Amino acid sequence: MVDATRAYFLIVGMWVRSTMAYRLSFVMMTLGNFAMTGLDFVAVAIMFSHIDALGGFTLPEVALLYGTTSTSFGLADLAFGNMDRVGRRVRDGTMDTLLVRPVPVLVQVAADRFALRRLGRVTQGAVVTAWALLRLDVDWTPVTVLLMPMMLVSGAVIFSAVFVAGAAFQFRANDASEVQNAFTYGGATLLQYPPTVFGTDLVRGVTFVVPLAFVNWLPALRVLGRDDPLGLPGWVDFASPAVALLCAALAGVAWRVGLRGYRSTGS
Amino acid sequence: MGRVDGFIELEGVEKVFQVRRRAGLLRRERREVRAVDGIDFRVPRGEMVGYIGPNGAGKSTTIKMLTGILTPSAGRLRVAGIDPSRERTRLARRIGVVFGQRTTLWWDLPLRDSYGLVRRMYRIPDSRYRANLERCVELLDLGALLDVPVRQLSLGQRMRGDIAAALLHDPEVLYLDEPTIGLDVVSKAKVREFLRDVNAEQGTTVLLTTHDLTDIEQLCKRVMVIDHGRLVYDGGLDGLHAVGESERTLVVDLERELPPIDDVPGARPVKVEGPRQWLAFPATRSAAPIVAAVAERYPLVDLSVREPDIEEVIARMYADRSAL
Repeated sequence: MVDATRAYFLIVGMWVRSTMAYRLSFVMMTLGNFAMTGLDFVAVAIMFSHIDALGGFTLPEVALLYGTTSTSFGLADLAFGNMDRVGRRVRDGTMDTLLVRPVPVLVQVAADRFALRRLGRVTQGAVVTAWALLRLDVDWTPVTVLLMPMMLVSGAVIFSAVFVAGAAFQFRANDASEVQNAFTYGGATLLQYPPTVFGTDLVRGVTFVVPLAFVNWLPALRVLGRDDPLGLPGWVDFASPAVALLCAALAGVAWRVGLRGYRSTGS
Repeated sequence: MGRVDGFIELEGVEKVFQVRRRAGLLRRERREVRAVDGIDFRVPRGEMVGYIGPNGAGKSTTIKMLTGILTPSAGRLRVAGIDPSRERTRLARRIGVVFGQRTTLWWDLPLRDSYGLVRRMYRIPDSRYRANLERCVELLDLGALLDVPVRQLSLGQRMRGDIAAALLHDPEVLYLDEPTIGLDVVSKAKVREFLRDVNAEQGTTVLLTTHDLTDIEQLCKRVMVIDHGRLVYDGGLDGLHAVGESERTLVVDLERELPPIDDVPGARPVKVEGPRQWLAFPATRSAAPIVAAVAERYPLVDLSVREPDIEEVIARMYADRSAL
């Protein structure tokens, strides 16, 4: 684990240096990334200039949902976001060069083309979250204080697991990166709105099929002091870390299966 | 025990791929492709072996199994006593791999940075790293290139850079997949000289695949030929001629135009051009009695013997196999 982390940062360092070979382009991309994700929330804010509440949620409440999701997703995207290059690497044969190094392939693929500009989204998410917390009148108990970081970290782990699982799937179907994007980017967009906006069936699907709801809906509702639309028992709000661990384990298994499949078919 | 047997060992190794092909709108046909169909060979430590065969013969598949990239479908495979597919990362520290058509260098960074990553990834001790880098730089003529971004290097320079990168961690085995493909004559010569040196001085076991038979002629005493997933030849370069039924050619210049020389035992006329005639005879036979017989019966002015072209020999081997 220590070795793997060290290797990850070694490769990340190489990519950061590579990026700095084109310094101007890096600065532009980072600003662009920040602006793009920022506009995303501006759209939500503009919507609220016409309505007072969305599904019963006020703008600061939506901002909390949005900001925490965006931060979690941003962190996962930063660390694992380039895993959708697995399909391409399989197709052009460069996957083989990763397999002959004394470092886990997962680490090499995760660090592949590491893009520091993705800090743009993390920054934006953090800013929106901070703003929301300032505007909201949260009942700060030890529980809610603990829930916030737990929510962010679990969320990042769950999104990362989806990235890894998606990449594992690409060993089978090497054009699967779009399917994966539907879950990751699509999932992130879904979570940025209050759950009551969507139909109950959709919410149920999201909770159980892809446990993205654990990223922020359930814990965030607790922070906001609201009931969840499905009426699940209260302890579920605290299940995020367990769900995150389970997701990570499943993604790990999927990755192993995918890699083993690749090594037996070579395609 | 393993040491006596060989450093690289393959016993009945097979690799079968399931290929699915569209056969109609929704129907898929499943087909088995035996890329490697029962291969046995042993390579002792320190040997340099050429591994050749036509495209799709199973060369790359073999290399991929030897590096642990692919898991064999059947058979036993050991490199330095390690089962590559089970202990791929452990083996990775002891082998060096160069894929001729895929660089492992960092495109936008100077060569030196790529080497730095190798040093840290393989945890190469400082003194070893410095000594190895120095040697590679000197022999592969990389001095002026170390601080140049890889994207600015020529193909030959990059290949030299890649070979150096594969040797910094003192691998015991070096696999080279088409190391001279697309290189100019000067780069080819430099690469060959370097490989010979590494093999002789470091005792590195080298297995190389190539389409350029000059590589084999200049580097390898032993050559293995694979076709349709089977080893069709394993032995010295000379032996290839016997197996391939290759022929040497005796070119004779006579005093005047004469009918084709068809009365010399063991030789047959293949071409006549004025007073010059070409006689073919098996490469395994001595030229002396044939020369003597011709000189005895015909007015001889001059003569020369042409060695068989190895490419022709191998082309004939492939052709024979596919005719079966």
